[in-house]
Amino acid sequence: MELLKIKNLFYSVNDRHIIKNLTLSISPHEIHALLGANGSGKTTLAYLIMGCEGYRPTAGEIIFEGKIINALPVHERARLGITMAWQEPVRFEGICVADYLTLKNRFVSSKSLQPSLSPAHYLEMVGLEPSLYLDRMVDKSLSGGERKRIELASILALNPKLAILDEPDSGIDMLSTQDIINVINAFKENGSSVLLITHREEIALIADKASQICHGEIIASGSPKEVSEYYKSRRCLVCEGEVCRE
Amino acid sequence: MRERSVVNELNELLNAFGETGADKRIFADKEIAHLAASGHKILSMRGVEGLEVDASETLTGIFANVVVKEGVILKNPVHLCFGVLHKKGKQRIKINVRLEKASYAHFIAHCVFPRAERVKHIMDAVIEIGEDAEMRYSETHYHGLYGGVEVIPKAVVKVGKKGRYFTDFNLTTGRVGILFIDYTVEAAEKAIAELTARVFGHANDNIKIKEKIVLSGRDSRGLIKTRIALEDEARAEVTGITEGNAEGARGHVDCTEIVKDRAVARAIPIVNVTHPLAKVTHEAAIGSVDKRQMETLMAHGLSPEEAVNLIVKGILR
Repeated sequence: MELLKIKNLFYSVNDRHIIKNLTLSISPHEIHALLGANGSGKTTLAYLIMGCEGYRPTAGEIIFEGKIINALPVHERARLGITMAWQEPVRFEGICVADYLTLKNRFVSSKSLQPSLSPAHYLEMVGLEPSLYLDRMVDKSLSGGERKRIELASILALNPKLAILDEPDSGIDMLSTQDIINVINAFKENGSSVLLITHREEIALIADKASQICHGEIIASGSPKEVSEYYKSRRCLVCEGEVCRE
Repeated sequence: MRERSVVNELNELLNAFGETGADKRIFADKEIAHLAASGHKILSMRGVEGLEVDASETLTGIFANVVVKEGVILKNPVHLCFGVLHKKGKQRIKINVRLEKASYAHFIAHCVFPRAERVKHIMDAVIEIGEDAEMRYSETHYHGLYGGVEVIPKAVVKVGKKGRYFTDFNLTTGRVGILFIDYTVEAAEKAIAELTARVFGHANDNIKIKEKIVLSGRDSRGLIKTRIALEDEARAEVTGITEGNAEGARGHVDCTEIVKDRAVARAIPIVNVTHPLAKVTHEAAIGSVDKRQMETLMAHGLSPEEAVNLIVKGILR
């Protein structure tokens, strides 16, 4: 059974389709890369899966482990095992990194989730030295890259069934690409599935499957290499290559 | 007879102090200086080497004169425990604090009014910080659950050359009642002044905070940081004033207020620069809890209520 199944999904704003008849499946332990140009609907799809405020499907179904979750609020989806790392994570005044990485222990009682390791372990997984970060606040004193790594660590600590990673590579220096790849692989090793939104081919290539989205429609699905090639070829039938460019 | 009543009242004050989560054993420690007063009665007082504490009961309240001698670094904080233990009462404290050159002291004030239904507490402080001296003043209040307290702390502070003054006012547990803080700090050359206040208002609490830093010395620094959370019908007005009057003076006013329910918040940052090489900035954010912060915490499994509580606790931390 698929972990996540999206069937004929529509999402419209002012009668304009942002997501159009989109169908997509993700299996357990699958890394699924989602490619697409700016404005193609990648982040909107992520928000619809997560259930963010203002993002309710106009039509279609989002099914998680066989259950339609269209109407569930964000925290109930999270307790089912879906979570998301935003492209630009927000800052929190007065919450330290150690506490942020153990939010699950304090508030989530789902027995279906695996037990967490120590916060230090998750910081090491994202390439941060625990002794330098555990006591720091998750506030504006962190750089964009540091905050992003801490967000990834916090998502790892949740041991989710499905992690939506919205451009985890943006804002992190090129030299750290391998770190990001290691983190994405760590999700898979921990038993999570990943919906990986990215613009970078070298990162998309680590996925098991890939899809390309344009104007809210999935226009290609297959192996990451095939989809990546298709993406670069600008042969998109929806926009005729006008939008789907690198 | 008076001695027995003083001991009883001191025990009661220390018990109330302990109930707020503080460690009341510090008042028995001979290495730690303190002054404890209930209403207009001084209950206990202890000095340590290098610190002079002279306190007396007057017709209108309590008068205290505190001096930290030149070059003295007080290794332990000085505890000031003030309170009114009855349902009704008044406490007026006039305190003069002087830190002599190159001295250091950390004062921790505990103001407890656990059963207050109609209590007024007025604090009038004059603080003088000498050259290269540093004073930290942490003030934690507990006003009970009835909102029947009116607290009016006023301080006029002068920070000498290279002096440092840091305050931290906390009233985040229980009701506030009526609070009107009025602090003015003047910073001399290369002096630093940082004023922080954190208050959580509930029901019909009424909070007014007016803090002013005058950067009159060259290369002086000032920061006014205010964090307010309000719920129910509580109201708050925060006025942060910074004047940059000298070359290289740098000041910042930073106010965040989170409002829930029918609460009303107002922030008035005032910056006044009279020297072309001074710079003062301000930021103020008032609103309900940030939607993105909420959704991020909810994506970690927190319910909306848990998320709001964590965000509010965070800004008041």
